[in-house]
Amino acid sequence: MTDLQEQSTSTGNGDVVISVRGLKKHFPIMKGVFRRQVGAVRAVDGVDFEIYRGETLGLVGESGSGKSTTGRVILQLDDATDGSITYLDEELTTVSTNRMRELRKQMQMIFQDPHACLNPRMTVASIIGEPLVENSTMDKEARRARIDELLTQVGLDPSHANRYPHEFSGGQRQRIGIARAIALNPEFIVCDEPIAALDVSIQAQVVNLLKQLQEDLSLTYLFISHDLSMVRHIADRVAVMYLGHIVELAEVDDLYDNPKHPYTQALNSAVPLPDPIAESTRQRTILEGDIPSPANPPPGCVFSTRCPVAVDRCFTDEPAWRDTGGGHWVACHLA
Amino acid sequence: MIRGEPALEVKDLKTHFNTQDGTVHAVNGVSFTLHEGEFLGVVGESGSGKSVSMASLMRLIPMPPGEIVGGSVMFENQDLLQIDIDELRKVRGGDVGFIFQDPMTSLNPVLTIGNQITESLKLHTELDKKERNSRALELLELVGLPDAAQRLKSYPHELSGGMRQRVMIAMALACTPKVIIADEPTTALDVTIQAQIIEIVRDLRSKLGTALIWITHDLGVVAGLADRVLVMYGGRIVEEAPVRELYATPHHPYTKGLLDSVPRLDQKGEELYSIEGQPPSMYTEPTSCSFAPRCPHAFDRCAQEVPPLRLISPGHKAACFFNVTTGEPYVD
Repeated sequence: MTDLQEQSTSTGNGDVVISVRGLKKHFPIMKGVFRRQVGAVRAVDGVDFEIYRGETLGLVGESGSGKSTTGRVILQLDDATDGSITYLDEELTTVSTNRMRELRKQMQMIFQDPHACLNPRMTVASIIGEPLVENSTMDKEARRARIDELLTQVGLDPSHANRYPHEFSGGQRQRIGIARAIALNPEFIVCDEPIAALDVSIQAQVVNLLKQLQEDLSLTYLFISHDLSMVRHIADRVAVMYLGHIVELAEVDDLYDNPKHPYTQALNSAVPLPDPIAESTRQRTILEGDIPSPANPPPGCVFSTRCPVAVDRCFTDEPAWRDTGGGHWVACHLA
Repeated sequence: MIRGEPALEVKDLKTHFNTQDGTVHAVNGVSFTLHEGEFLGVVGESGSGKSVSMASLMRLIPMPPGEIVGGSVMFENQDLLQIDIDELRKVRGGDVGFIFQDPMTSLNPVLTIGNQITESLKLHTELDKKERNSRALELLELVGLPDAAQRLKSYPHELSGGMRQRVMIAMALACTPKVIIADEPTTALDVTIQAQIIEIVRDLRSKLGTALIWITHDLGVVAGLADRVLVMYGGRIVEEAPVRELYATPHHPYTKGLLDSVPRLDQKGEELYSIEGQPPSMYTEPTSCSFAPRCPHAFDRCAQEVPPLRLISPGHKAACFFNVTTGEPYVD
């Protein structure tokens, strides 16, 4: 990327909380008795983006696109293979373990599966109180008061603090996970498919709660999801991932009303609308085939093997990541 | 809209599960008719009884702990809940095909695709081996599997999720069934692969004329596919209507809440409506409207009686004591 391009990415609306440059995460494939590395799964293969203070950046893509890995690497739950991640001008890939421990208070995560991410043998109070014990100097009473406040904030009854996770429904468990994530007043939260495991009527409750908390606590979100309709609803800007690359990034309405990458266009037309009349007259682009393996991505543009409009150079040259105007970034030779 | 003769008539179906913690009343009196060549969508959230009720039609629930405690399922002049198991086996996979949610767990990992398709042909038809093989190839081509001849010799793990689901559809179609029951067939798939499968099903409809029951939690999928929709809640059908009518003028507050709580891809987001509260516990036999605790229109009668399905207009029924058109309770 040239300096000129770099400049134009960072001049955005408001200050940058997270900045990601050329981020790669490759998982080695080992084989044989001596566990020699024979290849790599290129889960994330060179992505650049910023997240601005107070915004929600939606990160959408299908399974295997690398969206969850991106979120985990940003929080340093996995080490990056290459590239840089800065949090408020501090480089995370080289920061010391102690400093990272400090920074974790400000950077939290909400997980997909509310059944798997809560310890079944801890009460709700101890689950939410654990980060407070570890990271604050609160005494027992102050902690108890804070736990009650957090439970109220996420719409749970403080009198249920001594119950265990199994006594709650999926939606309520997700609220417990959210309470734990906001316990230390973080700046930035990665929401990794926070509603994917929930029923339709409960999804709306949790999304409304996340929006409310963002307003009240001025949080910055990276919202990872495969649900394009929900991302349109919650995000300010949206990045679309395919096979380890971000293929398009734009303001939310711009991306949905005026998608420039053929993959975004196909993805949009593949989402069924809850409206029989609109569905019956809809133009659909049905993509052929499956997503290629990230262990063996195609040369040139990663989308070339399924792209309905690909031309010769798409199969040989990797398209540049460029701003087509108004912060609408796209990686396509034809856009 | 296609309205043929009734292909399947279900009356007052009830299914319980007897567990250590008590009896789960999974299905509490479900009645509906599926017509020949009709696409029927069944919508509901987890625990609404949509999968259990449709699996009960073919007695495909584990018994025990499951128990079909009442009702009848009329198909080809016989009650599928009464006939003996050998008779029923001829119906399953023969006149009634199935497509399950997760093709990885419903395909046999140690048999080739070809073997699995020809297996049901062997059981249900008179075809010889050669004819069965050519029929299997024809089916795989019908569902658009690339390199169909090659794939007959493949094992399930060699195929992607989308391809496996195509194989499942081919298997369901093998014996030219009159009815196919598809239980969340695209839920485990990515959205672009889901679009491929839906396209195949649309295409097959015009070619084959099979009736289809499509169970899903996704209101979008049903909107583009079904002729008629059943909405389930708490083990009962709470609303039943032709698809356009259901989305344009929902009569049950649950249906309305559900439609309002789904964000739309083609519209800018405002505050989402959310149905407050949690789904009902199924451990007690319902004696009142299961949705009443979450309903914005609930009044005293809702807590006293189970509302029956009421005819709103031809083909449109809703199980609610409250008339959303007038904004007042119905006077019986």
